[in-house]
Amino acid sequence: MLDRIAKSTATVTIAGLEIQLVRRGRGKPLVFLHPEIGLAPDAAFIDALAPHFDVIAPSHPGFGHSQLREWMTTVEDLSYFYLDLLETLGFDDVTVVGNAFGGWIATELAVKQPWRVSRLVLANPAGIKLSAREQRDFADIFSLDQRELDTLSFHDAANARHFDPKTSSEDDIYVELRNRESAARFAWSPYMHNPKLIHRLHLIRAPTLVLWGESDRIASVDYGRQFAAKIPGARFATIAQAGRYPHIEAPDAFARAVHEFAKEK
Amino acid sequence: MRAYHFTEEPYPDAWKLDADTLRVTLPNSLCDPKRAADLYHQYLDGWQLCDELGLDIFVNEHHSTTTCLTASCNVILSILARITRRARLLGLGFPIAVRNDPVRLAEELAMIDVISRGRLDMGFIKGVPFEYHPSNTNAVHMTSRFAEAQDLILKALTTHDGPFSWEGEHFHYRNVNIWPQPYQQPHPPVWNSCLSPSSVAAVAKRGYVMGTIFAGYLTKNLFEVYRKVWRESGHPGEAPLDRLAYSGFAACGNTEEEGIRRGDMLTTYFKTNAIVAAPYKNPPGYIPAAAGARMIKQTGTMAFHGYDVLDRDGKPIAPFAAADARTMIAGGLMFAGTPDQVYDQIVDFYQHVGGFGNLLMMCHAGTMSYADTAASLTLFAREVLPRLKDYAKARTTQTGQREAVA
Repeated sequence: MLDRIAKSTATVTIAGLEIQLVRRGRGKPLVFLHPEIGLAPDAAFIDALAPHFDVIAPSHPGFGHSQLREWMTTVEDLSYFYLDLLETLGFDDVTVVGNAFGGWIATELAVKQPWRVSRLVLANPAGIKLSAREQRDFADIFSLDQRELDTLSFHDAANARHFDPKTSSEDDIYVELRNRESAARFAWSPYMHNPKLIHRLHLIRAPTLVLWGESDRIASVDYGRQFAAKIPGARFATIAQAGRYPHIEAPDAFARAVHEFAKEK
Repeated sequence: MRAYHFTEEPYPDAWKLDADTLRVTLPNSLCDPKRAADLYHQYLDGWQLCDELGLDIFVNEHHSTTTCLTASCNVILSILARITRRARLLGLGFPIAVRNDPVRLAEELAMIDVISRGRLDMGFIKGVPFEYHPSNTNAVHMTSRFAEAQDLILKALTTHDGPFSWEGEHFHYRNVNIWPQPYQQPHPPVWNSCLSPSSVAAVAKRGYVMGTIFAGYLTKNLFEVYRKVWRESGHPGEAPLDRLAYSGFAACGNTEEEGIRRGDMLTTYFKTNAIVAAPYKNPPGYIPAAAGARMIKQTGTMAFHGYDVLDRDGKPIAPFAAADARTMIAGGLMFAGTPDQVYDQIVDFYQHVGGFGNLLMMCHAGTMSYADTAASLTLFAREVLPRLKDYAKARTTQTGQREAVA
């Protein structure tokens, strides 16, 4: 199956779904699970990782042009889908990297089949509930207007990419709207977390690195530290000059942190 | 021909036209409960007057908003079920795509139907975009949730031989067995509001009453779709007039000037209705991504209420929020003036769209006083409605249309 995935952007069929996927680089396999805003196929971090890894970066079901089944409504459903993907690709010794919403999927996957994951890197992950019931761990991305959302999400809001109603193609507009719709499908309520997940974190076996883009104001760096503290042996590190999506705002620092962590014995 | 009076029960004291939002996040410290009590009583008086005048009653609900104090149709309909004697009681509607307990709603509907001795009309709706944040319901599932809730409510109302179980996509019950059963058999009439030909077709297939809400002349096409799909779906004959409802503003005065003055008061509804902070106007999933992308390419926006008042030929005249009474009249969205003028405007519109059996009239909005509302309703009921009924009857005889489902 792996041989049939072209080096670049391809569509593969996993569990009966046509999935859009970027594959680039040489080395041990690394699966990157993108955040709630989707994946740019030409993203610089993929090139930065490519000298060291065979990078597989799918668009989640419902995101980009990846197919979705109507019954898929939870991040647990997505994590089972990715276990199917690892099985289909024959990966049983894989580095899994997830950012924000994708970090939540990665965590769900790692607690279900811990033996499949050799290294786990979570960058600004969502997924667990830490604060009291009248507080949110995550600013409500579905109640902020776009400018506020970009300001809170990015170190520099100018790094945010959006369609322009006049110049963008209908397809580019469709993809951004679809990503937002699917983020709500999976993360609307309970908002950005699975109440059960915190009770399962002890199952993770892989050496784990929790990275945190310091300028994230959707969730606090303290949330990241506490998240890391609940995973056995996990390490915590911050990335400067980056917000919620460090792979976008600091691609080299992000790739270096992932590579160095994966290299360790 | 029936005519229903509608008000959203506004709390205009907290309206600020330059506010960022009048919905979802506006704190209720701006609502003085003593003032709210006076307003509720005033609005109930208006509906009670309708009962005496031979008009019917139309109630809706919205949440977390100063534009509409009816947070529950059922609270108002329950009161009206007891204090009125003859009027039909239409809830349009019950936002079942955002409610959590369809069986509880079926129980409440059955109670209202029984207490009113069979006067309930059940309008089921999906809910405007601003209802999804207050209810926390996921708009992504809106369509399937609406359909499942409607099926379940109707099954609950029509099952009389003990409990059934329901294990659906959105709702689970081990034991549905509501008491009482409804007064109207097999169940109170079902109404749905429709904005698009595809939603009209779904309603026509089932033979429910369809209503267009402030759709103006676009209604002509929607009614045509209903009649066509009715014929194609194996229902008997042509679609009866009581299957079709049109909603707009209505204001009568003793003089044209007085009628127009009252009509202008009604237009405050659209000056405040769309004052909503951007994120609540379009919750993710409310408009599917493909349709949204198409709208953005065609119009530059996918905002709710991004449309204009259109004239009879479909030409934009003015944005809804900027339209005065005369503009609304030109758009077929308002009937206002002397009783003669109102009668002529309605007949003209009626002919244009091919007839309908239910006129849903917003006769109160904003700061309009009880005295103005009551005077307008009284003129309409005494001097317009009897002639309208005669007109509709004569026209039905002439065209062979049926007035009502047998």
